[in-house]
Amino acid sequence: MSNGPLEIKAISGHSGPVPGQGVSRDYDVCKLVDTTTCIGCKACEVACLEWNGYEFRETTFDNTYQTMPDTAWNFWNLIRFNEHENSDGTISWLMRKDQCMHCEDPGCLAACPAEGAIVQYQNGIVDFNQANCIGCQYCVTGCPFDIPKFNSVTKKVYKCTLCSDRVGAGLEPACIKACPTGCLHFGSKDDMKALANKRVDQLKANTSYKDAGVYDPDGVGGTHVIYVLHDAKNPEKYGGLPADPRVPLMVRLWKGPLKWLGGMGMIFGVLGVFMHRVKYGPKHVDRVEEKRP
Amino acid sequence: MSGGAVVRPSVAVPEEQVIRYTFPERVGHWINGIAYTYLLATGLALFTPHMYWLAAVLGGGPTIRFWHPWMGVLYMITIFWMHSTWKKDMVTTAEDREWQKHMKDYVENRDDKMPPQHRFNAGQKQFWWVMFYASLILLLTGIVMWFPEEVPPGVHWVLPIVVFIHSATALITIAGFLIHVYMSVFVTPGSMKGMLDGQVSADWARTHHRLWYEKITGRRK
Repeated sequence: MSNGPLEIKAISGHSGPVPGQGVSRDYDVCKLVDTTTCIGCKACEVACLEWNGYEFRETTFDNTYQTMPDTAWNFWNLIRFNEHENSDGTISWLMRKDQCMHCEDPGCLAACPAEGAIVQYQNGIVDFNQANCIGCQYCVTGCPFDIPKFNSVTKKVYKCTLCSDRVGAGLEPACIKACPTGCLHFGSKDDMKALANKRVDQLKANTSYKDAGVYDPDGVGGTHVIYVLHDAKNPEKYGGLPADPRVPLMVRLWKGPLKWLGGMGMIFGVLGVFMHRVKYGPKHVDRVEEKRP
Repeated sequence: MSGGAVVRPSVAVPEEQVIRYTFPERVGHWINGIAYTYLLATGLALFTPHMYWLAAVLGGGPTIRFWHPWMGVLYMITIFWMHSTWKKDMVTTAEDREWQKHMKDYVENRDDKMPPQHRFNAGQKQFWWVMFYASLILLLTGIVMWFPEEVPPGVHWVLPIVVFIHSATALITIAGFLIHVYMSVFVTPGSMKGMLDGQVSADWARTHHRLWYEKITGRRK
């Protein structure tokens, strides 16, 4: 899909062909997290809180550098620190920025019963609209990444918006802006995929990370947050990143065949009993009062 | 029908009545029925987008999400109430097995072929036990769905299974509910009076529940 307004047509004071002229790119957006260059500084955590207007919340110390055990309704961006023992006895200190993955096929949206509470934009962002949220947490049921978090006071569910408000204004998400090492990138999905693949090739050629790869899981149709991992064969060691995330089968059956069968069953059930009445009528009571004294 | 030549002005003689349901039985049944109807409407709103308009009718999505579980508690209390009252009457008997063989005759109103029945016929007993066990399943799955935030992240995989079972079980009860309401309102005149006033005519009792009628009146026809 051509994104007309952002194509360069001409450049002032420029000799020779115009660079980028006629380039068309997909409109969808993507965040690339390169775990191999993350230093765990948590600037993204701070930027996320600042932009979204949340106070720092109390944390739980669990003998790691991790800010808290899990993301929370008012803490959407968490660097997960993992000390992974390799087969040769060495330790890998793995840091992964955890947040909503903005699935192309979002399980939260499939499971949500409330009209307009979850919106997927053309650019790939999956956003929660708390005004329409009813607090049932079916989204938690549908999410393979355990991302939506419930606020028991407001009875609403919250998660990373991929800074849809900033992106809509042509800015990059707050976390991207804060990253000091350049491990976070933001752009179109194609560009980010290309950048990620280039980094993977670099890692394979120049380092010992021969299993380096890009995490962009097909099971949920690809995601609009992708990772470069040193070891793409074992994403679980990065704080439980699922190897093959999928919208749960039971959610598919529930929102597919069961909904269809249930609806048809109710329609034909009502029709059926009505037709039964028309055909057979009511039962009659035998009156035998004359047999009694 | 008697077929006799004598025409009796039956309207002039009040029909003999027998007690069908006590006041506590009727109260329990109707609280349960009202609770079920609310659970049905709000449950359907949460089940399919085609029925989400019911949420608006009943106060909005957050409102029905709040009240559905509480109404479920009320529903379960009356289910257990009815269970303690009726469980002896709901035991399957030899007559029930005979009745079940004649199910088709019952459905097609060939009632002269039906074996005499106790206080509840085999169909009513089946409906009761389906609703009772389905309600237990709905209760157990419903508690999890009431407080999903209390389910540890490590076992979130149970949530889709729980939601599916809750929905599928609810659909089974809807089938039973539909037949139950249809039968009482349209098929067996007099049964609604029994549940509202507590009384049915002796003729009604003898026709539909001969063994029960003989037991409570001491009469042998």
